[in-house]
Amino acid sequence: MRDALADLAVYEPEEGEIMEVSMGPHHPSTHGVFRMDVKLEGERVVRLKPVFGYLHRNHEKIAEHGAYLSAIPYTDRLDYLCSMTNNWGYVLAVEKLAGIAVPERAEYIRVIVAELTRFQNHAGLVGFLLQDMGASGTPLMYAFREREKVLDLFESLSGARMMCNYMRFGGLRVDATASWLAEVRQLVGRLPRFVDEFENLLRVNEILMARTQGVGVLPRELAINAGVTGPMLRASGVNYDVRKVDHYGVYDRFHFRVPLGEHGDVYDRYMMRILEMRETVKILEQAVRDIPAGPIIDPKVRLRGLRPKAGEAYGRIESPKGELGFFLISDGTGNPYRYRVRPPSMINLTILEDMCLGENIADTVIILGSVDIVLGEVDR
Amino acid sequence: MVGEGLIQGLVETARNFFGSYVDKERLTTVQFPEERLPLPEASRVFPILLFDGGDPEAGLRCVACQICEKECPPRCIHIEKSKDKKPDFVGKQQFYPAVFDIDVSVCMSCQICVEVCPFDAIRMDKEFELSTSDRFGGLLWTKEQLAKPNDYYKKIHPEESAETDERRVKELADARAKAAAAAAKAKAASAAPGSAAGNGTEAVKEPEQKVTPQ
Amino acid sequence: MALPSPEQIKTQIEAGVPGAAVTVIANGSPSAQRSLLLDHAHARSVAEFLRDHAEWRLDYCSLMTGVDWLDAETSQKVKVKKVVQAADGSESEQEVEEVRKTKTPGYLEAVYHLFSMEKKHGPVVLRMRTTDRGDGARLPSLTPVWRSAEFQEREAFDLYGIVFEGHPDLRRILMWDGFVDYPMRKDYVPPVDEVPVVVPQRPGSAGTPSEVHR
Repeated sequence: MRDALADLAVYEPEEGEIMEVSMGPHHPSTHGVFRMDVKLEGERVVRLKPVFGYLHRNHEKIAEHGAYLSAIPYTDRLDYLCSMTNNWGYVLAVEKLAGIAVPERAEYIRVIVAELTRFQNHAGLVGFLLQDMGASGTPLMYAFREREKVLDLFESLSGARMMCNYMRFGGLRVDATASWLAEVRQLVGRLPRFVDEFENLLRVNEILMARTQGVGVLPRELAINAGVTGPMLRASGVNYDVRKVDHYGVYDRFHFRVPLGEHGDVYDRYMMRILEMRETVKILEQAVRDIPAGPIIDPKVRLRGLRPKAGEAYGRIESPKGELGFFLISDGTGNPYRYRVRPPSMINLTILEDMCLGENIADTVIILGSVDIVLGEVDR
Repeated sequence: MVGEGLIQGLVETARNFFGSYVDKERLTTVQFPEERLPLPEASRVFPILLFDGGDPEAGLRCVACQICEKECPPRCIHIEKSKDKKPDFVGKQQFYPAVFDIDVSVCMSCQICVEVCPFDAIRMDKEFELSTSDRFGGLLWTKEQLAKPNDYYKKIHPEESAETDERRVKELADARAKAAAAAAKAKAASAAPGSAAGNGTEAVKEPEQKVTPQ
Repeated sequence: MALPSPEQIKTQIEAGVPGAAVTVIANGSPSAQRSLLLDHAHARSVAEFLRDHAEWRLDYCSLMTGVDWLDAETSQKVKVKKVVQAADGSESEQEVEEVRKTKTPGYLEAVYHLFSMEKKHGPVVLRMRTTDRGDGARLPSLTPVWRSAEFQEREAFDLYGIVFEGHPDLRRILMWDGFVDYPMRKDYVPPVDEVPVVVPQRPGSAGTPSEVHR
């Protein structure tokens, strides 16, 4: 036994030798079944190809086979951390396709649940990113503690914590009760304290700064050309937020700012999530203050057996990951002829190689972590 | 000063650690099998079929209209309509499901079957500890396994069931009034003209299936 | 600044890119978002023209997708005058109804939704159509113009079988490399699951084992 071990000398690569490493699909840092084919020269990345599709279930085909209504629970399973925003993206596209108006109260509740989703997604992402950097456990558990409170609210509203299936074209499935809104108000009152603590925990931490600043820089022009969206794009200094550009829903009624980064590195992307959490709290405060009474769904809408006129529509929203779009083509029948998701997670991966080239192998983990992917959406 | 950021972070951890002894907000975990958090009213797991009265066969509300089967996104419901009819809660003759199976290994708990059901026959259960050692038979639930009394529904969804029962009581009253009016009219027509048709309500037969919403 | 109408964009494209043929495609839905059909030869230069246009600056390609349009056969009843020979041999001109069938060959389509991050407007919708659904399923790639189309064009190649000429790295993206068919096409038949399924014996049920659960 001892002799056998002695034969296994430490492998010393020659100068300039390229080593191929397959990170994933079952690597703890890849946030799911995701693989990176990496070529290394020493510790330095010289090539990186993302490989995915392990969770592919042809979501689009499933939705094309079913009625318009039956696609909604499937959208929950795209980005399974943010089912509310996925619902909203889809119902917005159907509303555009069929010309359906939404009551005001429903729009406000949509804003509330979408911003709660954004909050819990960003808190979770920051937790996971710090976990990837080696801050094991503590920040992630703090984030999950708050996320739990948001999920409890979702459960008492829609019946499920993650697969909410809450929105319908023309409105919502169930109304928010007064007690639910009171709970939201109570939670929103506590959130600023959490964000402060979460920021103080590691924002000026020297180790974190040394690890993230100047790592995985994404230049502004490349980010625009590669269609990167969401906090990643804004970390590179591009002022583009669909909530501000399209004013979908009632977002034009709220005062909030769009935080922008300067360097486009991992640190900026980390800070972007923290700052967006603050803005989200601001929107929530205004939404729970101003929510009007009224119906939550247009009673004339046919949920079952909706047959929009032949044509097409593209609806897009600002999901926590980026611009989530749904493109629908109707041929006049009861199910969509073409149903297409624009998955922000997948498109944000286009520039993964550009960000990782020349970096150390250990940094690919945090660069990937700062992209914020969910494989349910990447693979669909 | 180098290290200031580290100390600042450690202060936060200490605040959370010591805070967890005094602040419920900072310590939210429960020891699951012994301690259980109450499930909210809206909570949902898998569908159940409701029946009125004490007999799951006679009182089953489902009339095998097969809307839920068609609308179910993962198509996990399988219904076979009966050949004969049985009276429903207002006494109207309706079909009933000879077979009603739900494959809960396919079901994704989306509640669309509940939304589309016009007969208040299908509702969501809250039972979530459902492990089985038989992954074929154990996860294919038949009509007999799915049928649950209305009292059970009242227990798990008190607010929702109150609303449903109120509507059903009204439906029953409407149906009785309609039947009474029809019977009175029939009696008036058959009886000799001029005779009093005041006690027409007596002729109305009580529906065989009694609904007892309290 | 809002974008001009599709017709005006078409006029400007045809002035800016000599030889480009652009058709405006109608959209019957309430969204009324009309699109521009490009010819293959000039698609790349039109895309560059739109991206670099000083007023529009369509620097961001949000969505790229494939669409499959099957061979369509539309039948139309037309009244035609025909010389009809009657039974007695006399000929007379009569109006006869005739069914005329027009066959439209199927094609694959690539749709691009363009926005401007700089000017914050959009969308402009571009379309390209292949000549057929077989060997002619080739289109010029717009990835050199907008890199955001890189993965999405790979996906359209993977799921629809559109070959994008000029794409830097055209491989399958979601399906595995050895996969042969194109799953998103409308005539795709999924392979039959060859694993035998044990249909469980359901206790207490009168029905036959259902096909649904296979």
